[in-house]
Amino acid sequence: MTTSVAHSPRPKAMARARWAIADTVTVTKRNLIRFMRIPEALFFSTVQPIMFVLLFRYVFGGAIPVAGGSYVNYLMPGIFVQTVIFGAASTALGLAEDLQSGLLERFRALPMAHSAVLSGRTMTDLIRNAFVIVVMTAVGLAVGFRPMPNPLDYFLACIVMMLFAFSLMWAFAIVGLSAPNSETAQLMTFPIIFPLTFASTAFVPAASMPGWLQAFAKNQPVSQAVDAARSLMVGGPYHDTKAVWVSLAWSLGLLMLFVPLAVRRYRRAT
Amino acid sequence: MAEQLAVAARGLSKTYPKGGVKALEDFDLEVPAGQVVGLLGPNGAGKTTAVRILSTTLRPDAGTAQIMGHDVIADPDGVRRVIGLAGQYAAVDENLTGFENLEMVGRLCHLPRPSVNARADELLEQFGLADAGGRVVKTYSGGMRRRLDLAAALVARPPVLFLDEPTTGLDPQSRLALWDVIEALVSGGTTVLLTTQYLEEADRLCKDIVVIDHGRIIAHGTPANLKADLGATVLDLMMTSPEAAQSAALLLSDLSDKPAHLEGSTVELTVDEGPKTAAEALRRLDASEHELLGLALREPSLDDVFLSLTGQRTEVDTEAVVAGQKTKGRRAAKETS
Repeated sequence: MTTSVAHSPRPKAMARARWAIADTVTVTKRNLIRFMRIPEALFFSTVQPIMFVLLFRYVFGGAIPVAGGSYVNYLMPGIFVQTVIFGAASTALGLAEDLQSGLLERFRALPMAHSAVLSGRTMTDLIRNAFVIVVMTAVGLAVGFRPMPNPLDYFLACIVMMLFAFSLMWAFAIVGLSAPNSETAQLMTFPIIFPLTFASTAFVPAASMPGWLQAFAKNQPVSQAVDAARSLMVGGPYHDTKAVWVSLAWSLGLLMLFVPLAVRRYRRAT
Repeated sequence: MAEQLAVAARGLSKTYPKGGVKALEDFDLEVPAGQVVGLLGPNGAGKTTAVRILSTTLRPDAGTAQIMGHDVIADPDGVRRVIGLAGQYAAVDENLTGFENLEMVGRLCHLPRPSVNARADELLEQFGLADAGGRVVKTYSGGMRRRLDLAAALVARPPVLFLDEPTTGLDPQSRLALWDVIEALVSGGTTVLLTTQYLEEADRLCKDIVVIDHGRIIAHGTPANLKADLGATVLDLMMTSPEAAQSAALLLSDLSDKPAHLEGSTVELTVDEGPKTAAEALRRLDASEHELLGLALREPSLDDVFLSLTGQRTEVDTEAVVAGQKTKGRRAAKETS
């Protein structure tokens, strides 16, 4: 054992940026290996949205009248958005676990780019969300979902939803870093997720809600993402280009707010 | 001056917002390059807080600290490039293999890519984990996990090493093995700051010991100094009742130059010549018709150091230590099975 010192020289700005990317890749790779080693987690993360599809398609759906008549076409964009939001919440769980296990403590004592711990986490959850969207598309098609035959718009819808999920992940990162343990982190995400996803246009038209709730349901960001996805995937009565732009604006706004807050929280998390 | 000192801390203070407990108060520390200094104290004494501040993972409320001349507040990245951190709170990833853990740390230290793998293999070999390197850490025993944890701290060959309770919760055999590893590192010139709850550990590994309690330094010296202050042996006499213990303590008070301590119906005497004093105590108790339930001679424990330094037991802390060890032991047992 030698003490030959000075392994890495003091970084310049360019090197810092390069390291931030390299470190994000390293952390993402580590997180993805965990997924591969626990395939059950990936499998069961698709079970819940499939249950929701079946529940709304076959149990509630018949009682919900929608424009255009096809409830499954109305439902699926809502399910996609709900699914990516639940996926975004796993950012809280992942960070809380790493905080609890002491791994974050090791990361914080390493000369790595500290933002990489968060960006690596969110990249991982984004990749997983992409996978779940593919699975859910297949499930949707199997239960009668018939999107417009326009792959580009479908892809754009996925981008809009993923960007929205990505912006929420940074908010959930703050939840995960503030939670006393991983179990609590998961519980703490529910009061955020439930009102946002259910008091939205994801499953029922806002017009069916009482007036005071309509105002919230129509304008909150989840509804904007759902309306945008519905416009791009189904079109027709749901065509709404404005919702696409509003949703993108929401996502960028949330990112500008929550990325710095999350990084600050990470620096102080104990 | 900064060149010769690997660790220099002055006036470090930290109060956690939760509960407002002063975890560290006006803490000074100097570790010369190439030395091993032990930070000794019970759970909650502030050892981990000190290590966390020195390893840049926690900001102090007041005070300054430099590691190899890098300031922990002004140049944390500079500090991170010269330190390795291992121990109870810095973990390895259970779902990665031993090799993958070391590879990840090597990448995050920005070592050249080819040398990362070579270094990982070298460390696995050195720590007796070569065969287990391809296995997921979940399957490791407690001792293997600690060795990997230490290996992870050494990936970038840091000149300064922080070891936070490296052997807490380990079985005696794994503890001895880890001590050998730490001694080898030190003979290679690495500076080590080690925290521990075990006097024996500090005694074996450290040249210099700093004893802390409630966030304050209460004693500082070589192991020999501290023990000399304390007396070599503790004599425990188990009597039939607290009253009997009281009268026995009175009877034997001249056998020790320190006041006897009563713990329930047990009398504790700090003595210099254990066996001889024990024989004398037995004679006197027998002559005065005190019934004796049991007798023990033992090495002074950390608790005895505290008793002698502060005049009172750290009862709550000691209980926490015992409870903590129990749970950790259980976990380790589960891991080995």
